[in-house]
Amino acid sequence: MIQKKLWIGLAVMALMVPLGIIIPEKLGAAGAWGEWSSETLRLMLDYLPEGLQRYTDLWKAPIGDYSVVPDSANLFIKSLSYIMSGLIGAAIVGLGIFIISKSAARREK
Amino acid sequence: MHIPDGYLSPQTYIPMFVVTGTFWTAALRKLKKRLSVKEIPYLTMASVFSFLIMMFNIPIPGGTTGHAVGAAIVAVLLGPWTAVVAVSVVLIVQALVFGDGGITAIGANCFNMAVVMPFVSYWVFELIRGKSTKVARLSASAFLSGYVGLLASAMAAAVELGIQPLIAAAPDGKPLYAPYPLSITIPAMAIGHMFLVCIVEGMVTMLLLRYFYKHQPKLIYSFKEDY
Repeated sequence: MIQKKLWIGLAVMALMVPLGIIIPEKLGAAGAWGEWSSETLRLMLDYLPEGLQRYTDLWKAPIGDYSVVPDSANLFIKSLSYIMSGLIGAAIVGLGIFIISKSAARREK
Repeated sequence: MHIPDGYLSPQTYIPMFVVTGTFWTAALRKLKKRLSVKEIPYLTMASVFSFLIMMFNIPIPGGTTGHAVGAAIVAVLLGPWTAVVAVSVVLIVQALVFGDGGITAIGANCFNMAVVMPFVSYWVFELIRGKSTKVARLSASAFLSGYVGLLASAMAAAVELGIQPLIAAAPDGKPLYAPYPLSITIPAMAIGHMFLVCIVEGMVTMLLLRYFYKHQPKLIYSFKEDY
């Protein structure tokens, strides 16, 4: 019973994730400290560290920045896309951990 | 707190993979020994919870954001070693699928948020709780567990970023990787976390611990040693 309640809690959380982009946008908070894109960092420093430049495009994430829509989309569309990313991520994470734990757990009746 | 690719030199990120890899191996071994089938749904939920809570970016005055990690409550409820696995899976998926945190920085990011944080949180909880089961004492222990755990995690990231200028510079003296020294990274990471994000992590940890204490106290790992 408690498990069902907890799953419902997680589902509610998944639907509320847009708060995580709406509130920062309204308050003009750009992103996390120390996680700047190479373009932003270049503007901050007037140069781009050489080593950093070599690594910066190492990996092209399929759903970069938890977004499946262009940055110019309106906040409502972005919110839906953020929820979608959350659900996809939660599914992959859940499946991954389920497989790991299923193979690790000791058998019980 | 998800360090991107290029911010850490190979002299940093390679050793970090080795250190974190050691913890992964030990954690999986412990999971094999201890995990019972009944706990699998909780472990799955713990991972999903950690993933989702990290999506709630919290604006920090000064124009940046931070987020809770959820590792403290996972460590208190399921044990620090289980939390290592639960949060590492989240961080690896975030790096591979969402580009949140670099591929080369997976070792470091998992060390900060999936090793340092669960263990510090768990130790703080145990230290303050003692053997008490009074709600007030448990609440205080849980709050501080989240608060201190997240702060320790942020400080680990700040140190990794801040030592980069010491490790590698171009012949003209310009840093090759993360450009800011410790004197900047430590206060930058500490202030936003101390006054805001750590409080959120503490509150979340406290509220969830109280919920589980009321409804499912047998689940709480930290209590099992008492039985």
